[in-house]
Order: sequence, then structure tokens, then C-alpha cells
Amino acid sequence: MKILVCISNVPDTTTKVKFVDNSTKIDVNGIQWVINPWDELALTRALELKDDASNGVQTVTVGHVGLISSEPTLRKALAIGADDAIRINIEAGDAYAIAVQLAEAIRNENFDIILCGIESSDHNGSTVGGMLAELLGYPSVTGVSSVKIENGQLVITREIDGGKEIITVPAPFIAVVQKGIAKEPRIAAMRGIMMARTKPIKVVEPQLIDSLTEVINYEMPKPRAACKYVAADDAGQLIVLLQNEAKVI
Amino acid sequence: MSVLVFLENWDGKFKKLSFELVSYASKVAEMLGQPAIALSIGKVDASELEKLAAYGAEKVINIENDSIKAFDEQVYTSMIAEVAQKTGANILVLANNNSGKALAPRLSVRLKAGIASGVSRLPVSINPFVVYKKVYSGKAFANVAIKTEIKIITLAQNSFEVVESSKTFVVEKMNIQPDGKLMKTQVKEVQKQSGKILITDADIVVSGGRGMKSPDNWGPLVELADLLGAATACSRPVSDEGWRSHDEHTGQTGKIIAPNLYFAIGISGATQHLAGVSSSKFIVAINTDKDAPIFEAAQYGIVGDASKVLPKLVEAVKEIKSK
Ligand SMILES: Cc1cc2nc3c(=O)[nH]c(=O)nc-3n(C[C@H](O)[C@H](O)[C@H](O)COP(=O)(O)OP(=O)(O)OC[C@H]3O[C@@H](n4cnc5c(N)ncnc54)[C@H](O)[C@@H]3O)c2cc1C
Repeated sequence: MKILVCISNVPDTTTKVKFVDNSTKIDVNGIQWVINPWDELALTRALELKDDASNGVQTVTVGHVGLISSEPTLRKALAIGADDAIRINIEAGDAYAIAVQLAEAIRNENFDIILCGIESSDHNGSTVGGMLAELLGYPSVTGVSSVKIENGQLVITREIDGGKEIITVPAPFIAVVQKGIAKEPRIAAMRGIMMARTKPIKVVEPQLIDSLTEVINYEMPKPRAACKYVAADDAGQLIVLLQNEAKVI
Repeated sequence: MSVLVFLENWDGKFKKLSFELVSYASKVAEMLGQPAIALSIGKVDASELEKLAAYGAEKVINIENDSIKAFDEQVYTSMIAEVAQKTGANILVLANNNSGKALAPRLSVRLKAGIASGVSRLPVSINPFVVYKKVYSGKAFANVAIKTEIKIITLAQNSFEVVESSKTFVVEKMNIQPDGKLMKTQVKEVQKQSGKILITDADIVVSGGRGMKSPDNWGPLVELADLLGAATACSRPVSDEGWRSHDEHTGQTGKIIAPNLYFAIGISGATQHLAGVSSSKFIVAINTDKDAPIFEAAQYGIVGDASKVLPKLVEAVKEIKSK
């Protein structure tokens, strides 16, 4: 069995975002780039599945659309334990363009399980996984909090509004994963970091694809009204304000 | 041409989210001078379908088919795509929850339609078609142009007011046979969370962080929530420690919510926590540290010890309720 984990390269979640060029681009100055938190958990789960030999997972590959500047993030994924990486050599466009690049690059690689995070922390799109599934004609399951292999069968937990479903689905398939998929992201050990240097990153030349959407510009949130304080001794007054002033209770 | 809105049902019922979606779709339809058409798949009573019309749907299409035994993303995509073609839909509206996140991207590829997800307002302009959406987990917003003929929008929950606008409407039963070969998802077991208000649906959410000190201290917080008809939530360390259940975890890696009122009690206000709650209309912070970042996000604050403040809030709510 072969697993692919799709990885997005995003600003660290503590980044204070700023925009430049008439608010059309993020200011990359000083940004620390990391593996998108969901993708990191997906990778962790893929490696856990591989660790248990009875699951029969031979390889865990990471796939990424991006220029050479994102290789440190791919090396990090290799250091955490992925066996190899595929990088499609083009600056990421919109979700559709990314999904098409991924689909074309992996169509003949015969992955059995493809894991994508439920969203990337930059564009909050929640779309690449589903698009990739449709492009490849694979079944997909979205909102997955557990992937297990039981007697060769895939057993998936899908989170739905107000509950969960335990389902089975045949491989090849795509899981769009969320909280629960792994407890903590796996951290690279020294040995992993050394080994990552020689693990293969296959660079694939991109297709000619147009994005279907375009960011016109970015806006910062409107500053909120300053906090109004109520003295702790007089805490009940807060409830009165919420009722009469904010009118929310 | 039409604006087509897909509505999921929960055991044959719709909820506020459904009415937000129909309200939104019918306002977009008005901007374009087109009808809004609601689509429901599964067994739903006529009286429930009629409710959709009260929010501006001119036609309600219902597909009921015994062969659809599970929510299979490919099967649903095929059915919705077929209805979109039959109704000449040029705009599709779905929820930005797990079902919408499952279907919208597949429909995008199927219909060659650009997609903007987590949209929180009516389109900024129609030509070019530009929508406003959250990016960087609420740290910023983007105006996104969708350049294709067909456009897909997923609407952020609790971002759009429900507006009643009764129109004359028709309910149409449509018979679409899903392709059996596509049906690959098999549901083995369903575990429903019963009785509790879902945090994503709640108007008020009362949330506790590490400043609550111990899982034994949650009594007054839960009492406050019960009195307010609110849902309870928590920060990530609290669910990681097992103090509260995982489905209460809000933030970047947990639930993303937008209630009218969010109480952050003993929560420092880390950016990853705010990523899940910054769309709340009002945030109340209760924290011993006057410099905690949560006060920058809050509109109301109390600098004080949660164990002393909470009982006072409970008393005050009881008092206003008794009036
Ligand atoms: C990739 C990533 C993703 C993350 N995702 C999330 C997420 O989804 N959700 C999330 O919550 N966190 C997330 N985190 C963790 C986040 O960075 C913070 O560590 C976390 O939110 C802190 O939780 P807290 O506010 O409960 O605890 P603390 O930061 O420890 O804050 C406790 C607060 O309680 C106050 N306090 C102490 N005693 C009292 C008292 N008696 N009465 C009142 N107040 C008191 C303190 O002053 C302090 O402000 C994530 C981190 C990373 C790196």
C-alpha cells in the first residue's frame, strides 16, 4: 500500500500578517514557513499506519506544488519520516490550479490512500482534497478524524454535524482530515534530519493551467471597539450590559 | 438561469443554518434578477420543505431515493451537478460545514466552476463577480473574483441574517437515479451526540481555558451556560488534558465558530485560539491577567479570578431571568 500526503507551505500560525503592493500580496519579510498544521497531522497518521507492519504500508510520499523556496518545508516532512517527496515546480495558484497540478503529477503513481488537511491556514479554502478526488475519479471522505486499516479494509471515522459515522470505503480514496486524525504532530529526530538530506525529492514540471479565481486584494479586519471593563466585585453588572447594551442575552 | 442552494437535512429536519443559506441565496438571486432554487436530497416532510420557501426560495426541489443509503460524496456530487444543469444554475450556494466542504470542491471540478469558501457577505460586485471571505484564519479578509461562468460559494455559518421573504413557490419532486457504481461509501455505525446544543449552532458559547485550573471547577461555567441556553467550549490544552471532551475544542485546529456571544474564561487569547472565535459578534473575557491578549479581542472584560466571578454571573443571570 502507498500513501500520499499533500502538503501546503504556510506562514507559522503566530505570524502577524501584513500586506504589500496595494494590499495584493502578503509581506513575506520575516515569515517563518511551516507545514500546514493539518497536513502535519495527516503526515503523522500516515507514518503511524506505516509503523505497524501488519497494515502493509510500504511508502509514505509527500506531494507539494511550489517553487524551490519551499524545499525546506519538504525536507522537514522527510525528516519527520516521509520516504520521498514530489514537488511540482510552479508557484501555487488557486486551489483548482493546485489540484490539477497534483492530479497530473500523481495520476500514474497508484497511491492507495491520499491524505489532505481540511484546510490550509492561509486561504482557508477546504477545497484541494475534494477537487483532487474528483479529478482522479476517486471516492473521498471529508471531515475524517480517524483512518484505520482492519484486515486489509479501510475503516474511517467521519465527523458530521452533531455526531460521527464509522464508514468503509475501498482504496484508492482520498481522506480530508481534521482534528483527531493524530494526537500530536510527530517531531523530527536528529537521525531523521540527517537521513532527510539524501531522501529523494522528485521535481515535476508543471502543466499550463489557469486559476479559476483571483484575489483582488486583502483587507485587515475592522478594529473592534475597545474593551469595556466591569469590576470583578460587581461582576453581575456585566450581565446587565449584555442584556441592555449589547442585547445578546 | 438560477441560484441553486443545496440543503442538507438532519433526520428530515432543517435548522437555522439551512435558513441562512436560503436567505443568502435568495438575496444573491435578487441581485441577479434570477430565481433562487432550493435543493434537498433525502426524506423530508412537505411541511419542512415549505419552510424553505419562507426565506425566499421560489422552487424547492426534493430528490428522495431509497437507493441512496449513505452520504457518498461522488453520488451527491453527481445528483447536484445534474440538478444544476437542469435548472441552468450559474451560482451554487452550499454550507461551509463538512458536507459543503465535501461537495463544493467536487462540483467545482465537475462544473468547471470557480469556488470561494467561507464567504461571509453578499457579493461585493456582480460583474466582475467578487466575494469577501476570511483568510489567514480571521487575521485578514480577501476580495476574491470568481472568473468562471458558473460560480460556487460556501457560506460561513452565522455570518448572514435569516430574512423571511415569502414568495409563491412550488415543490418539485425530481427523480434522479444515482449511478450505483459510484456508491462506494458504506456506513457501519452512526454515533449521534444527543441533547447537547452544538457549539457551531449555538448563539451563545461559554468557554473555559487552563485558567479554570482543574476539571472539577467547571460546575458554575456549565450552570451559566445552561441558564443562558448556551453551548460549552474550551481551549485546546483543556481538551488535550482530558478536562473536557474533544468536540468542545475551539480554535485553529478545533471548531471554528461565530456565535453572537462568546465567553472566554481563563483563556489567554493565543492567535490559534482566536482563529476559531474571532468572528463572534461579542467576546467577553474573564482573566486574572489584565495584560492577557484576549482583552484586545474582547468588547467586555472582567479582570478577576474565574472561581469568584462565575458564581456572581450565575446569580445575575438568575436575577434577570426571574424578572
Ligand atoms: C499549530 C497550533 C495550533 C493550535 N490550535 C489551537 C486551537 O485550535 N485552540 C486553542 O485553544 N489553542 C490552540 N493552540 C494552542 C495555543 O497556542 C495556546 O497554547 C492555547 O490556546 C492556550 O490555552 P489557554 O488560553 O487555555 O491556556 P493559557 O495560555 O495557559 O492561559 C490561561 C489563562 O488563564 C488565566 N488565568 C489563570 N488563572 C486564572 C483564574 N483563576 N481566573 C481567570 N483566569 C485565570 C491566565 O492569566 C491565562 O491568561 C495551537 C497551537 C499551535 C502551535
